[in-house]
This record gives sequence, C-alpha cells and structure tokens, in this order.
Amino acid sequence: MTHAATEALAPPARWWRTRTMRRFRRNRLAMLGVVLIVALTLACFSGPYFLPFDELYIDLRARFAPPMTGAHVFGTDPLGRDIAARLFQAGQISLLVGFSAMLMSTVLGTVIGVVAGYSGGRIGAALMRVVDAFLSFPSIFLLLALAAFVSPSPLMITVIIAVTSWMEVARIVEAEVRSLRDRDFVMAARMLGLSSVRIMFRELLPNVIGVIIVAATLTVARAILLEAYISFLGYGIQPPLPSWGNMLNGAQQYLDKAPWLAIVPGVAITLAVAGFNFIGDGLRDALDARSDLR
Amino acid sequence: MIRYLLSRVGQSLVLLFLVSLIGFMVLNLAPGGPLSQFALTPGMTKETLDRIAEQMGLNRPLPVQYADWLWHLVQGDWGKSFRDGRPVLTIINGHLFATLLLMGSSTLLSVVIGTWIGIRSAVRQGSAFDYIATVAAMIALSIPTFWFGLVSIFVFSLWLGWLPAGNMYTVGDGSLPDIAIHLIMPSFVLALVNVAVWSRYMRSATLDVISQDFVRTAQAKGLAPRRVLMKHIVGNAMVPMITLAGMQLPTLLGGALVTETVFTWPGMGRLFLDSLGYQDYPVVMGLLVFSAVLVLVGNLLADLLAAVVDPRIRLD
Repeated sequence: MTHAATEALAPPARWWRTRTMRRFRRNRLAMLGVVLIVALTLACFSGPYFLPFDELYIDLRARFAPPMTGAHVFGTDPLGRDIAARLFQAGQISLLVGFSAMLMSTVLGTVIGVVAGYSGGRIGAALMRVVDAFLSFPSIFLLLALAAFVSPSPLMITVIIAVTSWMEVARIVEAEVRSLRDRDFVMAARMLGLSSVRIMFRELLPNVIGVIIVAATLTVARAILLEAYISFLGYGIQPPLPSWGNMLNGAQQYLDKAPWLAIVPGVAITLAVAGFNFIGDGLRDALDARSDLR
Repeated sequence: MIRYLLSRVGQSLVLLFLVSLIGFMVLNLAPGGPLSQFALTPGMTKETLDRIAEQMGLNRPLPVQYADWLWHLVQGDWGKSFRDGRPVLTIINGHLFATLLLMGSSTLLSVVIGTWIGIRSAVRQGSAFDYIATVAAMIALSIPTFWFGLVSIFVFSLWLGWLPAGNMYTVGDGSLPDIAIHLIMPSFVLALVNVAVWSRYMRSATLDVISQDFVRTAQAKGLAPRRVLMKHIVGNAMVPMITLAGMQLPTLLGGALVTETVFTWPGMGRLFLDSLGYQDYPVVMGLLVFSAVLVLVGNLLADLLAAVVDPRIRLD
C-alpha cells in the first residue's frame, strides 16, 4: 500500500501537519526562502515607519552620500533622496505588482488549462496551440511592445505582465487534468449528470491544486523579474513612484561614482526572486510523493 | 523520417499563423492604431488623417486588413521604418549578425560549462559539489541579467580595468581580437541563466541514462568507467539536450535584448529599444514577429536534428 493511500484513509489532518508540509519543513532551502520573503515583506511594509526620511524628500546637500553616512543606511541617490526609504517603498510596489500579476495569470492559466485538458480533442488542441504561439515570443519583446501602448500605471503594468506569463500554468494544469480526465470519479460525476463546468471546477480543480500552487509561486518570482526588466528599461513603473527596477534605471551612468545605486536594489531583487524560487522548488519536491524514496 | 518531417513542418506553419495573428493584434492595440505616428504631426487635421487612413486601407474590415498585412509579410514586405524610411527587413538584417554572434558565443559557453557541471553533479549525486551546483543554479536563475551586467562592468571595467565596458569594437579598430575582447563580458553575462538551466537538465538526463540496463551491461563487460561515461552515458544524455537548446531560444533572445542594452551591443535588442523610444512601430512589430519566427525555425531545426541523431524519436 502506498503512502498516499494510507494518508487518504487516515482522519483529515491539519494542513500544516500533513506529510507534504513535513517534507517541506525539512527542506532547509525552502525554509530559507520563507524567511527571506517574510523578512523582505515586513521590512518593506513596516520599514518606512522607522526611517527618519521620506522616500520623496530631496536633500541637494546630501547627494551621492555613500552607505552608512549618518542616518542614510544605504546612502543617497543623485537627488539626495534616502535609498533605504526608496528601497522599501519600491519593494512594496514590486512585491504587490509581482503578487497581483501572479494571481491574474494563475487564474487565467488555470481556466484555460482546465478547459483545454477536460475538453481534449479539437478544442483542447486549439487552446494549446495558442499557448505554444504565445511561448514562441521572447516574453520581454512581447511585454515591451505592449508596455509601449498602454499607460504605465502600476495596474496596467501588472495586467500586461499577467498577459505574458499565464502560459506555463496553463501547460502544467492541462497536462494534469488530461491525465485525470478518464479516472473513475470523473466518470461517476458525469453519470450523476453534473454539468461540465461543475466537473471541471469542483471535481477536477481540487485535484490539481498542488501543481497550481507550485507554478504560482514560481510565477511570482518571474513576475518580479519581468517588472524589474521593463522598469529598468524605462517602460514599467514610472518615477517618481519607485520600483526596484526603475531605481536601477539611472544607476548605470553613475556606476563609477556611486556603485551602491546599482548594488542595493539589485540585491533586493535577487533576494526576493530567490526566496520565491526556493519556496516553489521546495513545494514541488514536497508534493512529489516519490521524494521520500530517494 | 519524411512523415515526421512533414508533420513537424505542418505544426510549425500552424504556429506561424497564430504568431502572426498575435502580432497583428498587438499592432492594432497601439493608441489610434497604425495612424498614431501621423496624429502627432503639427497642423494635422481630421480630414487629412481620414485620407491617410483610406490610402493605407485602414477603413477596411479588420480581417481584410489582416489578410493584406499577412500577404505582404509572406512576400517579404514588412513595411518601412517611420524613422528613416528603409525597409524593416533590411534594418533587421543589419542588426542580425551582432545578435547571432552574441547568442552563439554565449550558447557555446553555457553548453560547455553546463554540460560539465551537469555530468559531474549526476555522477556524484548527493555530494557537496552536487548540492552547491543546485543552490548556485537557483540563485543564478534569480539574478536579473541586466544587474549582473552592471555589476560585471563595475568589477571588470571600472575597478579592474580588464575589459571594455560596452560596444562591439573600438572606433577605428574592429579587428577580430578587438571584437573578441568586447564579446567576452556580454557572452558570460548572457550565459549565466543558460548555464543554470543547462546544468539542471543535463544532470537529470544523465541520471535517467545511468540507471538503464545497457549501462549496467557495459559496466559488466568490464569497460573502463571513463569509457562507459563518455561513450554510453553522455552520448545518450545529450539527445534531449538538442531539443532543450531549441526550447531555450525565447529566453536566450529575451536575455540578449537586455544584455545588449547594458553593453550597448549593436544587435536586435538595441534596435528594438531604440525603435520603441522613437515609436517606430513598423520596426517594433517586425522585430516582434521576426523573433518568434526565429524561435519557431530554431525549434524545428532542433527537433529534426534530434530525430536524425536518435531514430526512436520519429516513432512517437
């Protein structure tokens, strides 16, 4: 008898005590990811209350102050604004954009994946070809072309990031649903006369929630990176609103004079993205029942 | 083989059609559509705009416009740049070599380094090397390419002064060694992500092959471990890597765009951003569709090559 089957017979455990979560907690890298994300989120959302500077306060006497100058922990930028204050404010925006883009693209990808996987046949094949076509474009090209045409508000940036990153989720969900489509419980639901919509979203969806969570976690990482790319190139979040990407926008021309302008936001992006990647990878391993055997 | 070839080409044509459809949709998303360029001209009246729209055929139904656009595309007429009036394909052609050079040298680097890391990780599964390679690959995938470029410029150009900070050649020089020295940093920066991906896939492909019967047979025959590794294991593990190289193309092209921007490398990525800045939409759209075509052709070639190398693939 497999682990999964015995687990199904046991009384329902609390979610944090399930075998999956135990495996997840044993994964040191995944726990490091959780710590990174919690710490970054706390810092970005509560940090501004502890800093003596506003992220928009301009002090022309304190331009290009290196890190640890007085109360400027990370130094100041070419306008004398405090980098720590801007970093936290930017983090709120970058994290929110990344998270919201993940929500949108996961919903879109899941709906398309479930419909394609359950319908199969011509509808399924047609939907998956559309997914393939979207995947043929380098996502940054598509994203920039769209960004040039929409107003660069945080909401629109989020929407276009979502529009260019739902395909992975759709692919994974389609494959999972297709493998479940002919199982007995789906057959039983069909015989009971349940509608297709109900079978897809009440019967099949709960069975693929694991892979969706994994894909969603990795999509947050991807969305934060994409936002950083287009904001760095000047087509994402627009100043004076700071984001981790647009803080790096002007950094290249001051690289010899003030390298911390480039280093500080880049480290923040890397930590956030790595955190979500670690968590996603840990969840994938934890959900894979075979990982106990290895 | 012929049947496999025909079905793969057929699939690519279907995708090509869908890609053109998406491209056309994006083009019509532009505020005011393709007319926006004229709307900004001083002294432009509504009547003149309408006349231009009629001349450009923009008052026809969308499907007709699409068919017309596609027909021109197929004939190689991709429109003219708003900026200097040169044909879009000519402009792209002028920037293609620089991008292909960057992508080629970067791929070579990532294949060599990634294959080595992948094989070593698989052979010593669970070792410290394997663990460090896994963590390093995940961190490499989390570093924004452009930032890695900035840090590299800071370290190797500004601080150590070893390598040039940008451009493809020194003005007035342009000899082969000169280009090579300018190529080093961008190719390594672009290779970072691909080394990570390549080493992960190579590791799992190698692990798949190691556990197969013919490897045990080869070992049982008493072949030297090195010979088993090089001839039996690596040879077979490389086959799925050919397909992977095709699948990595969109990432590689996207990465090239960002890398070219940081290093002012005169390729397609720089052209794309410059055109975007000038609102030169024909070139932007041309590059968008061109990059997707490049990806589709690359994927097709990779799949066909894999089928030639491994006849089993043709049977699926």
